[in-house]
Amino acid sequence: MSDKLTAKDFASSQEVRWCPGCGDYAILKSVTKALAEVGAKPESTVFVSGIGCAARFPYYINSYGFHTIHGRAPAVATGLKLANPELDVWVVTGDGDGLSIGGNHLLHTLRRNVGMKILLFNNEIYGLTKGQYSPTSRIGTTSPSSPSGSVDTPVSPGQFALGAGARFFARAIDTDKAGLGEVLQQAHAFGGASFTEIFQNCIVYNEDVFAPFTERKNAAQTQLHLRHGEPMLFGTNKDHGIRFNSDSYTLEVIDAAASPDDVLVHDEGNAVLARLLIDMHMPVALGVIYKQPAQSFEDAFYAHHPTRMQRTKSVADFIKGPSSWVVD
Amino acid sequence: MRFAGDSGDGIQLLGSQFAVSTALAGRDFATFPDYPAEIRAPTGTTFGVSAYQINLGGDPITTAGDAPDVLVAFNPAALKVSLPMLKPGSLILVNNDSFTERNLTKAGYAEDPRVSNALDDFQLVAADIGHLNLEAIKAFGLSKSEGGRCKNFWALGLLLWMFDRELAPIEAWITRRMAGQPTMRDANVTALRAGHAFGETAELAASLPQLSVEKADMTSGEYRSITGAEALALGIAAAGELADRSVMFCSYPITPSSPLLHRLTRLQELGVGTYQAEDEIAAICAAIGASYGGMIGVTSSSGPGIALKTEAMGLAVIAELPLVIVNWQRGGPSTGLPTKTEQSDLYQAVYGRNGDTPIPVLAAASSEDCFVMAIEAVRIALRHMTPVILLADGYLSNAAEPWKIPDIDSIPTIDSHAVPEEAGDVTPQRLAFQREAESLGRPWIAPGMPDLVHRTGGLEKDLDSGHISYDPDNHQRMTDLRQAKVDAVADFIPEQVIEHGDASGDLVVVGWGSTYGPIYQAARMTGTSFVHLRHINPLPRNLAELLGRFDKILVPEMNNGQLTTLLRDRLGVSPIAFNKVAGQPFQIAELVARIEIESGGKTP
Repeated sequence: MSDKLTAKDFASSQEVRWCPGCGDYAILKSVTKALAEVGAKPESTVFVSGIGCAARFPYYINSYGFHTIHGRAPAVATGLKLANPELDVWVVTGDGDGLSIGGNHLLHTLRRNVGMKILLFNNEIYGLTKGQYSPTSRIGTTSPSSPSGSVDTPVSPGQFALGAGARFFARAIDTDKAGLGEVLQQAHAFGGASFTEIFQNCIVYNEDVFAPFTERKNAAQTQLHLRHGEPMLFGTNKDHGIRFNSDSYTLEVIDAAASPDDVLVHDEGNAVLARLLIDMHMPVALGVIYKQPAQSFEDAFYAHHPTRMQRTKSVADFIKGPSSWVVD
Repeated sequence: MRFAGDSGDGIQLLGSQFAVSTALAGRDFATFPDYPAEIRAPTGTTFGVSAYQINLGGDPITTAGDAPDVLVAFNPAALKVSLPMLKPGSLILVNNDSFTERNLTKAGYAEDPRVSNALDDFQLVAADIGHLNLEAIKAFGLSKSEGGRCKNFWALGLLLWMFDRELAPIEAWITRRMAGQPTMRDANVTALRAGHAFGETAELAASLPQLSVEKADMTSGEYRSITGAEALALGIAAAGELADRSVMFCSYPITPSSPLLHRLTRLQELGVGTYQAEDEIAAICAAIGASYGGMIGVTSSSGPGIALKTEAMGLAVIAELPLVIVNWQRGGPSTGLPTKTEQSDLYQAVYGRNGDTPIPVLAAASSEDCFVMAIEAVRIALRHMTPVILLADGYLSNAAEPWKIPDIDSIPTIDSHAVPEEAGDVTPQRLAFQREAESLGRPWIAPGMPDLVHRTGGLEKDLDSGHISYDPDNHQRMTDLRQAKVDAVADFIPEQVIEHGDASGDLVVVGWGSTYGPIYQAARMTGTSFVHLRHINPLPRNLAELLGRFDKILVPEMNNGQLTTLLRDRLGVSPIAFNKVAGQPFQIAELVARIEIESGGKTP
């Protein structure tokens, strides 16, 4: 028997109970594969989740798993990471769980740079509660709670993350094995809080909401796969490129052959560029959009703790306080 | 004695240092800091008055006293607010310099009370404290406002003379505390000595009585002064030591809970970590995460913050994780009276969650009891693998009292259920939820342990396999199990004792929490039997039998009758409720009066 674990070793014995055809199945497959590829160990890997369809994830992975309460997974995972910084902690959340009820925890986890891998399955809808519009639903989304169309402006997960001070933001499509696999490996290798938005297709309540850019037949024209240090090219023959328009401060599509020198080269450490890429509608930017490593919260916490959480004295050394007296 | 002045006058510092000197002189004492919710309320106003009350004496002291015998008022507003509390004949020391027309108007005095007949029933000593202080420290070249800040030490010097106390310990404290500011340090020491010298030599001396208080009859041993927040912090750290686990304390700032966070940040060498979370919910969730990771997770808050934590408490219950939740109760509802004390979160603690979600509830009786009960809370949490709520309150957080320093080695260690070394044929999922028969506690398995990989969470689990289960009969069994686990706590805790008085009779007074002090005194003065509860849920197993020996049960509480309801619910008894919801502790006199009414007017 080989020591090297395979994707199968990370599948739990539990029967998977998502709707047939749900994008979560593809994500689960990519995650178990990525775990095997990065050499993860079940006993030191923990999946923490909140509430929602995505939150069932921990039951289906052969690792430690904690299915907590709605929106709070990053908070629980922070406490866990402080108690044992050696653990490989993943948080699985959704657009409602992570950006609505749990938005505050996500914000603070990102700014603190707590060492966990946050996977946000964005399907722009509340699935488990049967189809209400979510904080990422576009204006005009009709749903049981918005029969004449929603009126609220959606939140952009990427802009939210960068505004919160996130140091790793990536995007992938549920069924894009190569793209998602690559992003998961990079998210895992990042020391602090890595935040990955996965476009997930809810076939029951919001089918094909991402189809304009996820459909394979158009993928070459609609997807820009970013790689650090490489030019931003797309199209069937990589004949289109992305240029910065300094008059409008926006990104625009150009003919790459006509003006090759104008094509931008991806710099994942550039936060301004990251913001422009997040907002670009067509093509849609995928891959690691922003990465700027820094000391993780748990490392800073232990570095500041004089005994690194070890007990070096007894209560008896402290119990007398600043002054005491003896009664005979 | 009561010290009162503007929030910026350094009253709390003056009071706490007087408490230290009282302790060092071997007298028993109890204190009651009483300060406004505003950080710096407008100066000179009655609502901006900050006060510190201390009761000292030879008899055992358990409260900060009903009516002060000595008042030190730094301005007219402080006098105005405190005057109704005083007994006739009390001594009042006022700072002349603050009795300006403007300050008198702000305090609502049409006439200067020093010259009107308003103070005829009292002994008034009016000293130019502000002026004399500035004169004494002139040599240091301080600005008027810097110099003015020394006047509380001038006043303390005078009080130390009045009570025949040593200056040295206070001087040592100033020297230590202000080591980094030599000029202020020397000015404060000078002001202290000047106040003391003033008492000794000034012309006023004839009217200033030198008061001596007998030494308290305390059992022999080493003592210190301690507040509830200090005691609870030490108790949590001690529990970590007794359980041989690190402690992760996660909380969010809220009055009056924050002193515990501040205290614990100073105990890092005891394996204690503190984490200030983004909100109350994150604080308890992080504590749960830490417990899941194998450390003792503790969170603390006050009523409104506890309300926010309730959903997460349910998670800790269903996931069978140890956790301690401290509630420093304050006046409610909503924001209510943040700096005032109340006992109105008992329903919340015992009944206040969605689902059938029983949690053990404890209550600390005094500042020093916070130490004992913190250890007890961790002990129960680890033994039964359950969250535990520890109720304290705003009064205990700040109130100081002498504490006979315990020997940590004499306290039994805290055990948790051993993690099985060999899983054998049992799946790790099943093993994680195999419960010990007596306590129903499960092994504390944390991520990182090999061969024990399992899943847990907020969904109902199968009683045997530990997997998710929607089976109706299983949910009934699990609901029964969670209740049985909390009921089982009663098999491990001590039987209820009678705190004072006969073991049977006409009337028993039953208290819980910080009302211990005044009820104890009232029971002593009236010769009434007194039972004080530290375990609220479950109640001690002999309580029904014990209370059954009395004809009447009187329950004084700083709420609208919550323990009364609980006793009726759990024991089927019909107590008489005596409720006070005024943001202030009970006065002994009002308890005595009520006890006399209930005992038919006769004081045994």
